[in-house]
Amino acid sequence: MTNSTTDTRAALSNYVLHLADTNLILAQRLCEWCGHGPILEQDIALSNIGLDLLGQTRSLYQYAATLIGEGKTEDALAFLRNERQFKNLLLSEQPNGDFGYTVLRQFLYEAYQLLLLRALQQSSDSQLAAIAEKSLKEATYHYKWSAEWVIRLGDGTEESHQRMQQALNEIWTYTGEMFLPSADEKALSFAGLIPDLTALREEWFKKVSAVLEEATLDIPALTVWMQQGGKTGVHSEHLGYILAEMQYLQRQYPGQQW
Amino acid sequence: MVKTEADIWTLLASVPDPEVPVLSILDLGVVRAVSLSPTGDQSAVTITITPTYSGCPAMDMISMNIRIALLEAGIKDISIVSQLSPAWTTDWMSEEGKRKLKAYGIAPPLSNAIVDELFAEDHKIQCPQCNSMNTELISQFGSTSCKALYRCLDCKEPFDYFKCHR
Ligand SMILES: [Zn+2]
Repeated sequence: MTNSTTDTRAALSNYVLHLADTNLILAQRLCEWCGHGPILEQDIALSNIGLDLLGQTRSLYQYAATLIGEGKTEDALAFLRNERQFKNLLLSEQPNGDFGYTVLRQFLYEAYQLLLLRALQQSSDSQLAAIAEKSLKEATYHYKWSAEWVIRLGDGTEESHQRMQQALNEIWTYTGEMFLPSADEKALSFAGLIPDLTALREEWFKKVSAVLEEATLDIPALTVWMQQGGKTGVHSEHLGYILAEMQYLQRQYPGQQW
Repeated sequence: MVKTEADIWTLLASVPDPEVPVLSILDLGVVRAVSLSPTGDQSAVTITITPTYSGCPAMDMISMNIRIALLEAGIKDISIVSQLSPAWTTDWMSEEGKRKLKAYGIAPPLSNAIVDELFAEDHKIQCPQCNSMNTELISQFGSTSCKALYRCLDCKEPFDYFKCHR
C-alpha cells in the first residue's frame, strides 16, 4: 500500500468490505441450516462451509479495519453497520428455500469465487493476495460439493429436477451483479489490484454451463434482466431481518468481542 | 530457564492441538518461526503461526495456549503473529505427527492434492483400525474443518480422515 493514493485506499477498503459482507451474510444463511439439514452429513457440510466463509470474513474485516483506521475493529464492522452500509451481493441474502435452492445458490457463488480468488492471488496488494491464496483451497471443496449436488438433484427425480429448474430461473437473476463492477471495482481494476470482472463473466458462464448441462437443466441466458444494488447498499427486503438477528446481541450488550 | 530459540521450540513441542490433543502444534506444522530478542534483562519472543483452515476455531485457542506455555516459563514479552501466506498445507505435518494420528484412530493425510474432478474417486484411504484399503468416503466434511468422514467396508467401523490440504 506504500504508493497508493488515498482514493485507491478508500476504494480498496470498500472492496474488501464488499467481499467480507457477502461471505458473512452467506455464512449466516448457511448456518440457518444447522440442525435442519436433510441428512446429518449434509447438515454438517453446510455448517462447515458456513464456518470456512466466516473465517475468511474475519481475515477480510481485520484487513478492512486496518485500511479504514479510526480505531475500527472487525466486530464494529460486522455488528454495528446498518443495512445501507452493507455491500454484499443480493445473492447472498436470499432466503434458503429448499436444500436444492441452497446448493444451487452456493454453486453459482463458489464457481465465481474460484475464478475471482485465483485472479486475486496475483493482486499487487499483498494482503489481499494472501487472503485469496488461503481462501482458494477452501473454495475448491465448496465448489466440488455444491456442483455434485446440483448434478444429483438436477438429473434426479422428476420432482427434484423441476425444483432445481425453478430455483435456477430465480437465482440466475442475482448472478449478473457479480460481474457488474461498482465505481470502486472499476478504479481498482484500472489500478491492477483486482481482475476485470466483465472478463471473468465468460469464464464463469462456461464453467457453470458445463455442470448445469450435466444436471439436465435449461440454462438461462446471460442477457436476461438482472437484479442489482447490493454493492451500493440497496438491498432486498431480506437483509434487514438477517442483520436484526445477527446484530441483536452486540447492539443490546455493546462491547462484546468475536 | 529459557535462553535460546531452541529452548522455545522445545517448549512449543509440549503445546497440544486443542482438537486432536495427541498432536503438538509442531506436529501440526502451524508454527512457522520463532525469534528471541534480548531487551534489557528480559527477552522478547515472537512466534509466527499460520492458520490451518480460515474458520478453524482452534486457532484462537492455540494462540492462547502458546502464551500460557511461555508465561509459565517466565517469558513476559510475547507477540504472536498470524501469517496467511504461504498458506498452511498438510505437507507441513511431521512424520511423527502422522504416526500419532494413526495410532489415535485418525487416518493421516496423504500427500495428494484434492481430487477436484467432480465425482472422481478419491484416493484410497487406509482404515486406521484394521489397515484395510477397502474403504469409502461418507462425506467430504466431518466433525472438524480438517477432517472427512470415511467408513471401512471390512471392519465396518466409520473413521475420520485428516484431509489432505494443499
Ligand atoms: Zn477397518
